[in-house]
Amino acid sequence: MLAYTLKRIVVAFLILLVVSGLTFSLSHLSADPALTIAGEQASDEDIEAVRKLYGFDRPVIEQYVNWLSRALQGDFGKSYHYKAPVVEMISGRIGTTMTLGFLAIVFALVISIPLGTLAAMRPNSIIDRFALLIAVFGQALPTFWFALMMIILFGVWFRWLPISGNTTWAHFVMPTIALGYYATPALMRLTRAGMIEVLSSDYIRTAKAKGLSPVSVLFKHALRNAIIPVVALAAVWFGFMLGGSIVIETIFNLKGIGWLSYDALLRSDLPVVQAIVLIFASFYVILTLLSDLLNAYLDPRISVR
Amino acid sequence: MSEKKDVVLEVDNLRIDIPVSAGLLHPVRGISFDVSRGETLCIVGESGCGKSLTSLAIMGLLPKNADRQADRLNFLGKDIRDFDERQMAKLRGVKMGMIFQEPMTSLNPSYTIGNQLEEVYLRHMSSNRLEARERAIFLLDKVGISSAGSRLGQYPHQLSGGLRQRVMIAMALMCGPDLIIADEPTTALDVTIQAQILHLLAELQSDFDMAMVLITHDLGIVARVADKVQVMYAGRTVEEGNCEAVFDKPLHPYTSGLLRCIPVPGKTQPGEKLGTVPGVVPNLVGDLNGCMFRNRCEFATDECKELAETPTVLENGHAYTCRLKPDEMEPSTGGRL
Ligand SMILES: Nc1ncnc2c1ncn2[C@@H]1O[C@H](COP(=O)(O)OP(=O)(O)OP(=O)(O)O)[C@@H](O)[C@H]1O
Ligand SMILES: [Mg+2]
Repeated sequence: MLAYTLKRIVVAFLILLVVSGLTFSLSHLSADPALTIAGEQASDEDIEAVRKLYGFDRPVIEQYVNWLSRALQGDFGKSYHYKAPVVEMISGRIGTTMTLGFLAIVFALVISIPLGTLAAMRPNSIIDRFALLIAVFGQALPTFWFALMMIILFGVWFRWLPISGNTTWAHFVMPTIALGYYATPALMRLTRAGMIEVLSSDYIRTAKAKGLSPVSVLFKHALRNAIIPVVALAAVWFGFMLGGSIVIETIFNLKGIGWLSYDALLRSDLPVVQAIVLIFASFYVILTLLSDLLNAYLDPRISVR
Repeated sequence: MSEKKDVVLEVDNLRIDIPVSAGLLHPVRGISFDVSRGETLCIVGESGCGKSLTSLAIMGLLPKNADRQADRLNFLGKDIRDFDERQMAKLRGVKMGMIFQEPMTSLNPSYTIGNQLEEVYLRHMSSNRLEARERAIFLLDKVGISSAGSRLGQYPHQLSGGLRQRVMIAMALMCGPDLIIADEPTTALDVTIQAQILHLLAELQSDFDMAMVLITHDLGIVARVADKVQVMYAGRTVEEGNCEAVFDKPLHPYTSGLLRCIPVPGKTQPGEKLGTVPGVVPNLVGDLNGCMFRNRCEFATDECKELAETPTVLENGHAYTCRLKPDEMEPSTGGRL
């Protein structure tokens, strides 16, 4: 287990290094950053001065190393547009995005695991059909459309929920459902498929032959094995959700990272974009690492392979 | 064998039907037997003849779509035909234990051996972890697993197939059952291990004074451990009786065919061709009449298509279902054990 953990950590570290290189070079492939900063009416001398000031005239490798070493110390530079330190802009908003992502994945799991399990216990029953219906809807409906429908129904007609902002928990209800519902079909189908397979396995037959209670057969022996791939997928989806919250945050005017990245992209605010991409990518890699380790803990055979 | 029999399980005319796409499958069509304390009944027959379904029917573990019927199904004197899931769960693991064909997949990969052994004890005996642990160590020791205490913390994937099957046996014995059903417990293991496991089972059976139903298609095993033998073919009993009687003088062509398939130490010459039973098991869907073995039987006549399958019972309890008289089968095809 220890060797396995170390190996996974080293791999994660290498992936992060590659990601940081890509992040840095991609943003330099786009328009000349000095031009963006100096503005449209700037003279050639002005642009040259900006280039010197920001170090754009240095060799690319040197720029990358400088950027990365500062980034590792938590310094992502200043926003070109707002002139505020990028770190402050992000740290002020990351809580909102994390909260939303966390609530959404919990929502998705709370819906999909019980529903997928019930569907697996009685394939082709009413419950199974109902679960399938939910999954089909979840996959077919565009997130933004679903979000708008909720706003019209619960925000405008019934006036049950606030439709914009992030000051109270009530503000998170609709964004959570909209974002979480998006992940529900995949998680539910995986739970159902895993559960059907596990329930017909030999060790479940053994558990029944031991006269164990149905609760113990289902929860202790079946669910734990069926849920291993679901945990892995949920971690990946959590990563998607942090990135995918751009649409939801914009619709509900939740001023999180998604909203910020949308804003920064519109303004070609390079340091902000770089920082967000790097932070989210790191986050994603760490999540995958944690889910692998959790899997290895849940299924002792994994760490042997 | 004891003079006064203490019957543990009585099965009379057990039938199983399973709806399949081609119609109604009749994989088990009237099986009857009984086993007493301290007795070993061997059920033999080739793959697909309904051995596993018969044992699952006794345990109440048939697939949901299977329909079980019986004229009698008594366990420890109680009629268990109408027992529901809850009542059956109180028998399984305590009074009746089962050992399966597939040791590699029959243990839960996510829990330690100790956990899986203790669990069944904790479920049925009002006891604590410590007692359960002691019992688990005692039984692992009994089934010949060395340093039992440290094995408790191991996961199934850390054990070989033979060891896993020993664990399965220990698990079935945790609560000291009255009946143990072993469904081809050695099929998945290699030959040297097979013999060890079977000796172990036979030993434990007399140690714990249990009734045992041992399912196998290896007649060599039967000869060594069985008190009674039941030969199944296509869901029916074609021959049954005391082990010696059946082996000395098989009366059904199928049994004698099976006996010709096993090598006899000292008699079979190296390079000598062993017998086979040619042909395949018939399809068991729809209406089935006459003797099912007739397509593969060298003695078959038109009579066999119509024949009602009522067994002929000899005075020593040896019974068989065939139109041939006891001496009509050529002597050369008789058993050689
Ligand atoms: N769930 C099921 N649905 C349909 N048919 C089944 C089912 N289970 C078993 N059968 C069929 O019933 C017949 C008897 O099966 P069973 O498992 O009892 O055979 P077996 O004698 O144990 O064979 P083996 O030696 O291969 O284990 C087989 O033809 C099998 O295909
Ligand atoms: Mg079988």
